[in-house]
Amino acid sequence: MSLAIATNNAATQRNWLEKLGPGHIILGTALVLYPLVASDFFLTQIGGYSLIFGMLGLSLMLLAGYGGMVSLAQITVAGISAYAIAILGNNNSNVLGFGWPWWLAVPFAVVAAALASALIGWISVRTEGIYTIMITLAIATATYYFAQQNYAIFNGHSGYAGIRAPVFWGVNWRDARPFYYLCLGLSVLSYAGVLYGSRSTFGMTLQAIRDNPRRMRALGYHVTAHKVFAWLLAGVIAGLAGVLLVWFNGRVSPGTIGVDAAIDVLIIAVIGGLRHPIGPFLGALVVVLMQTFAIDIVGAERFNTLIGLVFLVIVFVSPDGILGLWGRIKPHLAQESLRPGP
Amino acid sequence: MTESLAANRLQSTGAYALELDGVARHFGALVALSGINMRIAAGERRAVLGSNGAGKTTLFNAVTGDFMPTAGRIRFFGEDITDLPPHERIRRGLRRTYQISQLFKGLSVLDSIFLACRGVSRRRFSLLRPAASDVNMVQAESILNAVHLEAYRDTLVATLSHGQQRQLEIALALAGAPRFILFDEPAAGLSPTERRDLVAILNALPKHIGYIIIEHDLDVALRVSEYVSMMHNGHLFKEGTPQEIEADPEVQEIYLGGKHG
Repeated sequence: MSLAIATNNAATQRNWLEKLGPGHIILGTALVLYPLVASDFFLTQIGGYSLIFGMLGLSLMLLAGYGGMVSLAQITVAGISAYAIAILGNNNSNVLGFGWPWWLAVPFAVVAAALASALIGWISVRTEGIYTIMITLAIATATYYFAQQNYAIFNGHSGYAGIRAPVFWGVNWRDARPFYYLCLGLSVLSYAGVLYGSRSTFGMTLQAIRDNPRRMRALGYHVTAHKVFAWLLAGVIAGLAGVLLVWFNGRVSPGTIGVDAAIDVLIIAVIGGLRHPIGPFLGALVVVLMQTFAIDIVGAERFNTLIGLVFLVIVFVSPDGILGLWGRIKPHLAQESLRPGP
Repeated sequence: MTESLAANRLQSTGAYALELDGVARHFGALVALSGINMRIAAGERRAVLGSNGAGKTTLFNAVTGDFMPTAGRIRFFGEDITDLPPHERIRRGLRRTYQISQLFKGLSVLDSIFLACRGVSRRRFSLLRPAASDVNMVQAESILNAVHLEAYRDTLVATLSHGQQRQLEIALALAGAPRFILFDEPAAGLSPTERRDLVAILNALPKHIGYIIIEHDLDVALRVSEYVSMMHNGHLFKEGTPQEIEADPEVQEIYLGGKHG
């Protein structure tokens, strides 16, 4: 009897580690130890920036992968929280600036982004497929032009500058290492939240609505309400990314939320893969590396061609993005490891 | 037998599960349903027969709200549900199955049934994972057994055979304490063995659950129903017991294409 209990306990403990999986443990350790080997440039411009755009891609993956709703407005949602941080906190643009402390401004900014996302969702859930892409593109473009032409709130073309990441607990969070860990912490939280949530009741309802909205109505679900709630959750993640983005850049302007950036987020999600929440982070790393170093490889005039070609190759070889590529390589690796060594 | 059934039907006035008054549905110039009047008592099991295009599925769509009726009123256990959206009708205890399976290809069998149970309970928006002891999960397990899909508990719906998908289709309709179910050709494409199983499942339903079944297989339809309504060109044109309908020359003319020989 006691033996049986001991075995059960051992099984539970093993299950907990197994649930996390060797992949997560190795990846987590590597990401935590990364600052030991990386320069400041690699910490923020590659590490931090990839994590921020990974979060933006994750907010899209949540909508597109689980909900079947492809949005081009995720950068717009992030932009709303970035502008909110600039306006509610301190900046040096002499237009608006309420000087709120970060712990008040950040929750307000994220809530504003989530509500804006829910509103965008409420407008666009009437459409499906390519029409959702078109309507969110229209909303993103309209917001971009509105921010550019409105001086009273958005300060027009120049936007807001001089926005500083806060200093608290004796740490300046804009310094390379703290900022990297801040990005990592929020990324891990968002990633774990989405991964856990995908098997929650709501996560399952979202996937079921993606597969068959008509049947979900016939089971008693208010399909529109569930879709809008998904937009609200995606808005929280995009809003957090927006806060990090404005602290990273120290400024926010219409250029931050332009169509180029909107398409970048879509490319990140597609390149990475929409099947699993790790996909957008892989995609973000590839895109950020390409955007940073392509210019060194082929020069200033041709670097966009190289980036385009790499994306084309990835999508051509694997329509499921890098995740799909890994899915194809993995069985071969497993077979290799089964062979006797030399 | 026939008389006692008719007497039961008369006595049960006032306790109707479903009442349709002059229900019509037009698609442009096409009249899919016209002037449908129907009274179905609580717990009654009714078959609706008719050739293809007679308006049987349109009738179901009007009752569940998949397509709103163009005219007429629908009452469900005395409550007027004509203007309610589909999900509100379902929450009142109405269920349906589809002629062509409408399932969630990316989910497992158990998760699909769990969602069907959760659809009429609270916590539809829960961000927590359901525990194995969750009341809806326990219900889902028992429905899984009732439709003999326990061996496919964690199988992805997309990989099920046609017959298994039809069983799951019925399981989804049985979830969440239904009071009345609309079965749209549940036996379509099933093997003789699977048809026998289906008849057994329908006959084993609790007595308080009434249903309407659309079924082309007369053998199945007449074995699981107490009363039959015949439809033709969007109209109800005859009602009676299975025996009466089977023997009716007009029915044979329209539905079976006349007597052979």
